[in-house]
Amino acid sequence: MTSSRLNQVYGWLLLLPAAVLLVAFTHYPTIRTLVDSTFSKSTATRPARFVGLDNYAMLLDDPVFWQVAVNNLIFALGTIPASIGLALVMALWVNGKLAGRGFLRLAYFTPTILPMVAVANIWLFFYTPGIGLIDQVLGLFGLPGRNWLGDSATVLPSLIVMTVWKEAGFFMIFYLAALQAIPPELKEAAMLEGAGRFTYLRRVLLPLLMPTTLFVLVNAVLNSFKLVDHLFILTKGGPNNASSLLLYYIYENAFSFFDTPYAATLTAVLLAVLALLAAGQFLILDKRVHYR
Amino acid sequence: MNASERFFRAVETTGAWLLALLWIAPLLYAFWAAFHPSEYAVRFVLTAPLTLDNFVRAWDFAPFARYFLNTFILVTSILAAQLVLCTLAAYAFARFEFPGREIAFLLVLVQLMIVPEILIVENYGTMARLGLVDSILGIGLPYMASAFAIFLLRQTFKTIPRELEEAARIEGCGRLGVLWRVYVPLSKPTYVAFGLVSVSHHWNNFLWPLIITNSVETRPLTVGLAIFGAPESGVDWSMISAGTLMAVAPLLLAFLIFQRQFVQSFMHAGLK
Repeated sequence: MTSSRLNQVYGWLLLLPAAVLLVAFTHYPTIRTLVDSTFSKSTATRPARFVGLDNYAMLLDDPVFWQVAVNNLIFALGTIPASIGLALVMALWVNGKLAGRGFLRLAYFTPTILPMVAVANIWLFFYTPGIGLIDQVLGLFGLPGRNWLGDSATVLPSLIVMTVWKEAGFFMIFYLAALQAIPPELKEAAMLEGAGRFTYLRRVLLPLLMPTTLFVLVNAVLNSFKLVDHLFILTKGGPNNASSLLLYYIYENAFSFFDTPYAATLTAVLLAVLALLAAGQFLILDKRVHYR
Repeated sequence: MNASERFFRAVETTGAWLLALLWIAPLLYAFWAAFHPSEYAVRFVLTAPLTLDNFVRAWDFAPFARYFLNTFILVTSILAAQLVLCTLAAYAFARFEFPGREIAFLLVLVQLMIVPEILIVENYGTMARLGLVDSILGIGLPYMASAFAIFLLRQTFKTIPRELEEAARIEGCGRLGVLWRVYVPLSKPTYVAFGLVSVSHHWNNFLWPLIITNSVETRPLTVGLAIFGAPESGVDWSMISAGTLMAVAPLLLAFLIFQRQFVQSFMHAGLK
């Protein structure tokens, strides 16, 4: 065997163990999801049979699916811009010369390393009607409290606030890393040209931070679809599915209602969303942003 | 510094500190509730007596020792498997020419987007067929080949000059010898960064462990905590806060001690 031939075998052998696991738990289940979504539910008396796109037709007629999809959209729109905007502000502050910035960085970053379940336990108390911290603070100003998590009008915003709190510090880190890579001469040059702080931010910093923003954006979108831990503690999707998200609805269908084909159909929708996200990222990457 | 700049600086400092206080308020509250008797959980008076009673009650109420052990086994076995499997794969992608390499790499990257959380339904079926439901291996297996680790290590390996490899080859190192003696030691910062990210992620992971476990012997801390905090167990904020603090204590302490290392690791991992 020639040495290059041997190298080829070596390459594949090195890759093999990881490849087996990746195929078994990423590629195989992805394909299996699509297959399962075209079969009916198997019961004790009737085995599963091929039903084509019937499950998808059922999905389109399912008002809960639409509610959950809209919820997820609101959740994404509520969490993504707010957490990214806050992350940028935090990074600018921590990167500047403010007093006590070591403490500031620590405070902003701490939610990141706490498990969502633990965090939800604490926030559950904040949102408790009457005795909860938020209602107590409102009471100080003579304002009435309310059932934050029990009211379909306030439940989603309440979850959004908590999620922004959880995520902003994590995204701050990436902005901080990018800011530290920007040479200080740039700022001096801009100031010499007579640019004010906001002009410098808008014309110099933001364009330079574009790759970071895209990276954070993709992560934030992904999080808005995969992060449902808090629902198990805070609302269980209620009241009346007002706070349920797509992945939580998948969980319910698979493990509470034991409807695997429908859960697979919902998963296929989620996979389609992620595929669109990946394609979008690829296109924007190609066009506008220069990665180092 | 002129007057208007000084004014801006003051406003910014105040804003930054207010935000920081808001950000640690939930943690501060958890400390307050956990270290004071239940009747002070919702009453904030400075003269409230301190107590460790809540921790004792929480510890007796749920098998925390077992949960800690499960999480520890889970986190270390995932990390160990990730380090071995992903190092080998990254070495293949960085330094070997083989047919299908580019397409294989793209297929690996798919996992960055389609994370295991999304595939809970089918992966549960796979685990059932493998007989791994309700086992710690069953929790860890989908995460052991990490696309993120492979990508990160491949980028790092590629920056290492080939001359070092050739020198080691002349010294008589085989392919795995080169990996072990040259690539791994020179990539230490990446390993530390990935290790911290991986440990904190899996210490905190919840959804998949919840689905795949159903006994005390396998449940990690997060799942135990969720059952513990469930309203059915009666709402006792002080005890829940104490349990919550116990569950996060190891990671929180490690973070406070190695703060700089943590932040730099997350940065390092995000930049590649």
